[in-house]
Amino acid sequence: MKNFIQVQQAEMVFDTRKGRFHALRDINLSVAKGEFVTLIGHSGCGKSTLLNLIAGLTKPTGGTLICDNREIAAPGPERAVVFQNHSLLPWLSCFENVHLAVERVFGASESRAQLRARTQAALELVGMGHATPKRPHEISGGMKQRVGIARALAMEPKVLLMDEPFGALDALTRAHLQDELLKIVARTKSTVVMVTHDVDEAVLLSDRIVMMTNGPAATIGEILSVELPRPRNRVELAEDARYVHYRKEVLDFLYTRHGHVERVAA
Amino acid sequence: MVSAVFHSPVGPQAEPIEAPRTAAVRTPPAAPAAAPVPRPARVPYDWRGLALKVLPPIIGAALLIGIWALLTLKSTSFPTPAATFDEAVKVFSDPFYSKGPNDQGIGWNILFSLQRVALGFGMAALVGIPLGFMIGRFEFLSRMISPLISLLRPVSPLAWLPIGLLVFKAANPAAIWTIFICSIWPMIINTAVGVQRVPDDYLNVAKVLNLSEWKVITKILLPAVLPYMLTGVRLSVGTAWLVIVAAEMLTGGVGIGFWVWDEWNNLNVQHILIAIFVIGIVGLLLEQLLITVAKRFSFDE
Repeated sequence: MKNFIQVQQAEMVFDTRKGRFHALRDINLSVAKGEFVTLIGHSGCGKSTLLNLIAGLTKPTGGTLICDNREIAAPGPERAVVFQNHSLLPWLSCFENVHLAVERVFGASESRAQLRARTQAALELVGMGHATPKRPHEISGGMKQRVGIARALAMEPKVLLMDEPFGALDALTRAHLQDELLKIVARTKSTVVMVTHDVDEAVLLSDRIVMMTNGPAATIGEILSVELPRPRNRVELAEDARYVHYRKEVLDFLYTRHGHVERVAA
Repeated sequence: MVSAVFHSPVGPQAEPIEAPRTAAVRTPPAAPAAAPVPRPARVPYDWRGLALKVLPPIIGAALLIGIWALLTLKSTSFPTPAATFDEAVKVFSDPFYSKGPNDQGIGWNILFSLQRVALGFGMAALVGIPLGFMIGRFEFLSRMISPLISLLRPVSPLAWLPIGLLVFKAANPAAIWTIFICSIWPMIINTAVGVQRVPDDYLNVAKVLNLSEWKVITKILLPAVLPYMLTGVRLSVGTAWLVIVAAEMLTGGVGIGFWVWDEWNNLNVQHILIAIFVIGIVGLLLEQLLITVAKRFSFDE
């Protein structure tokens, strides 16, 4: 399906205490089913805002958003979100955190044993099957993020929305989780929209990279199709001429044409 | 919201990093030919640490009693520490006697006071905590009620007593009413602040999962607010115990506050001093009990 997610003329204006802030304008984007799209841009360009619009967590001030032929009016489990800071509930164990989501989505139609099996399977998918009884504070940052991904995947969402999921991790853990994510997505054929500020991450993971101009009133500057064969291997790609080219394209957009001007806090 | 809260808000914290450790710690190539130092078989007991923990409170208490003893050396009206201690031994040797409504053992007095506190405080919790939840959850309600709370909260406990006497036409319910009204504020305020401070992330999780309001309350709000709520409960119990003495002095009956007043009328200063210590110790125990409960229910971020 070509237009699985459609964003048409979306506009976002925030009414803040300091006055109106025009975050996004004229956003037009369509994402095909099974596609991996990243949103990249400098901080403050509204990429997270756009993701929140698709998630339904915020409502646009103009334009329409459609997912699977239905207008996005509110958040829902068919558009699962992996949050930047994992957002696991600290008073629940890893298992219970995932189970909460599973129970919500499948609780009406499946037996308890099935729900538990689903939860366990999701945790095993991200390599966290061993840590089910642990509380989030007992595991490392990378592991928390995995559980967060497991929670999202366990809902079998139509779309996986990820807001800088690896932003808070160290480089080695991040690389490891990116590889894991590639494998998982290849297996589940998920549609993914991911916010990132990491050029290598964007090129490695994406089918298309949506590059955004600087705010205020940011919009989509360019969309780059990354036509690298899958499965992708980061070590081999490092010397691949096409990879280097795509990387250069994104860097060129971000730093030459839309260099970030540190604004004095308005 | 109206007031400060005494529970430290959760902040971002550094997370342990999952990086693989570089395992090999290399010894320098020119290894010194030092013989391995024989290690002591077990660590000697940390007497110093224990002394530092135990000694200061003992010195403090001794200082207080010493000053008290010095000041009462030549006094005839104010009892010495020794005399007070002797009297305390006598009082506590038979704490549960009962010779009519105005002459009962100290044990009965404490229990009656605790019962009033439990009733007043319990009702305050039943009303205050749900109210705090609603104020925290609904902006409209918060704006409606917050000014009223700010207005009523600083009112002295004793100002409420006549209202209680007027409405209930009896001393005992009036005392309970006073405790109720004075101990309800910290619970309302802390619960409301706790609800308002539930991190947006958790609520976003609830939104994305589309959880029912019941699940939101039981799985997210309640656990997130519990530490704040327990702080409120702790402050409330402290207030309730403060208020009971004053209330009982005015209403009479059996109770530690009334006992103080009664002994003042008898000019039995030793008993008043004993009562002061008893009130302090019971307050301390209540506080410790609730700290233990709070620890049990708090979670690590």
